[in-house]
Amino acid sequence: MLDKSKVGHQFGTFTTDVEKGRLAFFAKAIGETNPVYTDESAARDAGFARIPAPPTFAMALDMQAPEFLPVLDLLGMDIGRVLHGSQEFDYLGQIYAGDRITITSKIKDIFDKKGGALEFVVMENEYTNQDNDVVCRARQTLVYRNA
Amino acid sequence: MSNTSIGSKLPELTLKPINRTTLALYAGASGDHNPIHIDIDFAKKAGMDDVFAHGMLSMAYLGRFLTNWQSQSKLRHFSNKFTAITNLHDVITCSGEVVAELEHNGEQCLKVAIQATKADGTPTLLGEAIVAL
Repeated sequence: MLDKSKVGHQFGTFTTDVEKGRLAFFAKAIGETNPVYTDESAARDAGFARIPAPPTFAMALDMQAPEFLPVLDLLGMDIGRVLHGSQEFDYLGQIYAGDRITITSKIKDIFDKKGGALEFVVMENEYTNQDNDVVCRARQTLVYRNA
Repeated sequence: MSNTSIGSKLPELTLKPINRTTLALYAGASGDHNPIHIDIDFAKKAGMDDVFAHGMLSMAYLGRFLTNWQSQSKLRHFSNKFTAITNLHDVITCSGEVVAELEHNGEQCLKVAIQATKADGTPTLLGEAIVAL
């Protein structure tokens, strides 16, 4: 069983750059062809300050942490048994190319179902830009298969 | 805003079949290098028949579907559950419907029920979005 005493654990805060080239690569990988997501002038014409990061890109910023998915190491989880249960984003602003985003992440809950056959880890992340504006909050549930 | 009355359907988005290149590119671009999505040897050791798609790839498709309908500048909330694994060769379709008008943080918004489904109708993602009017 996962260590429930880790509820409330705060992972190391880190800051990462939103690179324009990475946004172009991400757009390509998801088949996004709207020029707003790759072209500065198209983005401005559409009313954006700069090229916006697509709605789910915040999670790609998580992956720039010094350690890949630090929750795995903290809770001793085997990555081959982890599934993504749910994901939520609340947008308080917009993440743009060229931003410097600081990410805080903590474990909000750990619980189990089916007599421990499935365990759930709920994490909450917050994304703050270089102007100190919180632009996004995310909540994700990981499912751990013990069966 | 067009097509924003309650009950109106959003324009559907049907993706190309998921293949190994799709997953390799998404792994690289998203930074999610979990080998379960790109390394068949690892996937088999973990008890799967083959690699399978990142849930977040389909959520990104739902994001495309939403921002194709309304500018991302109007998107206030976007969430979903992952209800089934998306396998290689699956053809995913994103669909949705305006279900309510509501006030969200003091702003008039629309609530949209959204889903991603396989060609056989199995829902893979079920969720909702809140979009400013």
